[in-house]
Amino acid sequence: MEILMAWRNVWRNPRRTILTILAIAFACLVLIFMLSVQVGTYEVMINASVKTRTGHIQVIKKGYNKDHKIRQVVSDPESIAKILDQTPHVTAHTFRANAFALLSSDLRTCAGLITGVDPERESKISNIVHTMRKGRFLKPSDTNTAVLGALLAKNLKVNVGDEVVALGSAMDGSVAATVLKVAGIFSSGMDDYDRSAIQIPLPHFQEVFYMENAVHEVVVTCDSLWHVSRVKESLAAALHPKPPAEPTGQDADQGLVCLSWDELTPGLIQSIQMDLGGGLIFYAILLVMVAFSIMNTFVMAVFERTRELGTLLAIGAGPGRLSKMLVLESAFLTLWGITLGILAGCVLTFWFQHTGIPLGGAEGMLKQYGIPGLIRPRLTLATALSGPALVFIITTLTALYPALKVRRLTPVDAMRAV
Amino acid sequence: MNMVDVKEVSKTYKQGKVAVHALAGVSLSIAKGEFCALAGPSGSGKTTLLNLIGGLDTPTQGKIFLDNDEITGLSQSRLASIRLNKIGFIFQSYNIIPVLSARENVEYVMLMQGVPARERSERARAVLDDVGLAGMHDRRPAELSGGQQQRVAVARAIVSNPAIVLADEPTANLDSQTGQGLLEMMARMNEERNVTFIFSTHDRMVMDFAHRIIRLKDGLVAHEQIK
Repeated sequence: MEILMAWRNVWRNPRRTILTILAIAFACLVLIFMLSVQVGTYEVMINASVKTRTGHIQVIKKGYNKDHKIRQVVSDPESIAKILDQTPHVTAHTFRANAFALLSSDLRTCAGLITGVDPERESKISNIVHTMRKGRFLKPSDTNTAVLGALLAKNLKVNVGDEVVALGSAMDGSVAATVLKVAGIFSSGMDDYDRSAIQIPLPHFQEVFYMENAVHEVVVTCDSLWHVSRVKESLAAALHPKPPAEPTGQDADQGLVCLSWDELTPGLIQSIQMDLGGGLIFYAILLVMVAFSIMNTFVMAVFERTRELGTLLAIGAGPGRLSKMLVLESAFLTLWGITLGILAGCVLTFWFQHTGIPLGGAEGMLKQYGIPGLIRPRLTLATALSGPALVFIITTLTALYPALKVRRLTPVDAMRAV
Repeated sequence: MNMVDVKEVSKTYKQGKVAVHALAGVSLSIAKGEFCALAGPSGSGKTTLLNLIGGLDTPTQGKIFLDNDEITGLSQSRLASIRLNKIGFIFQSYNIIPVLSARENVEYVMLMQGVPARERSERARAVLDDVGLAGMHDRRPAELSGGQQQRVAVARAIVSNPAIVLADEPTANLDSQTGQGLLEMMARMNEERNVTFIFSTHDRMVMDFAHRIIRLKDGLVAHEQIK
């Protein structure tokens, strides 16, 4: 009967009940939508970084990510490629080799980072091919051909068709030199990269820098960010099989490590964490406002019924019974609000997940850099439930105040209340 | 055998910084099965005494025995249990639960006592019929007149067969005809069920129905009349 009483008490003042339910539902809706937008935005940021630079996963020589020494190579990349071909959720992979060199045009000399890429495989992984501003990307048949970052081309004062001389140090310590013909100029949107990056075909790079078949990075992309850790674990297991019972004397893993995008770009993770921190402050303010609104409703509900609660105490109801009834009332309100909020929040988020949220004036600029001009919220179980779970905890704690306060009521004082 | 023994009971309230002596050493005994009225002008201490006998309030001094058990100094939870199992209350302004129907109001006391659902329903229906509310079991308080609501309160008070029913000015909000009907009904309950009734009142009609009238004045028993 307490459940029945609680239910009927909730609907004594339908307008107030509906407003409270709507306040809870609105808080849930905002939390679901905003969290999903944040996750969606992070996914865009991560994918942009992944597609331009790192890929989702890289297999490299241990320590190469911190110190780009030319001798720290993956000597047999093809064996890793065979493993990747059979690994689920891997959408593409490619090899890259890097070296620092002096780049000279007729007029200028600059330092740059030469990257040897497999043009065919690279185009499946990197969005550089889509950010070409002039000329074209590399072709498999190219030899001493290069594409340059726009700022590097500007500094060297070169254009498509011009020649650039590269002078560096080869893997064996000898001088590596080559003349490269500019086939295209790209603009990735990341100025630091565009100021130093020059890409040439991998076979030509290996020839010039005496790399034989070695590379520095085996770059992997997955079908989803959410599958990266699974692929990484699988790949790490394949690279580092369990040691045999009797040592064979061979170094099975050749000192290779498997790193994911977050380990390769810690700065990106830090910016995401900072943004998330700002978001959490906003959510905390929202939750406090909702908590006060709900507390107001609950406290009013107790104050206006003090006389009635006194009667219940007088006829023998214990304080615990009254607290239970009030907690049930708040539970009804909260569950209604949360259910409505989750439904509305999921529908709204799902809708925008499909249509996307246009970024207005920034849309065109972002598209130039291979970043989608729409932000798509990402609805997941975590974004759909974590906000409402917080609202549930806050409202439950808020409802405890009047439920505990009622335990201090005495029948006589309560029945004297107007 | 006494149902209520009140021994040298005083009650002092604080109103701001002023101490108000509502009762100043009252002693009285009420036997089982009595139909008794506490009479007196406003401020004489009737309601305070009724509240103390019912365990709704605690005396500043003195002792109160209910059915030979001392109730002064008991914890709130113990008092709640005594109120639930031994006492029925009828209030001036009915005080029935507005969100429950007449039957549910009557059943609620039995629910707290742990009476099984079917028995609760049967007893509630029977007692509502007994107080003249046949056919109105499922009406909410808002759908009942003042007299009918007070009948629900009476049904709620007697349904669990309490040792004593305490009624605080039960006819004060009723017209004389309805009040008389209610008093006749309570007198019948007193006779048929041997339930002890104690009223606080300044209504002449209630005093006419009472078998014993205890008049209070300035927090003291001023006069007793046994018919």
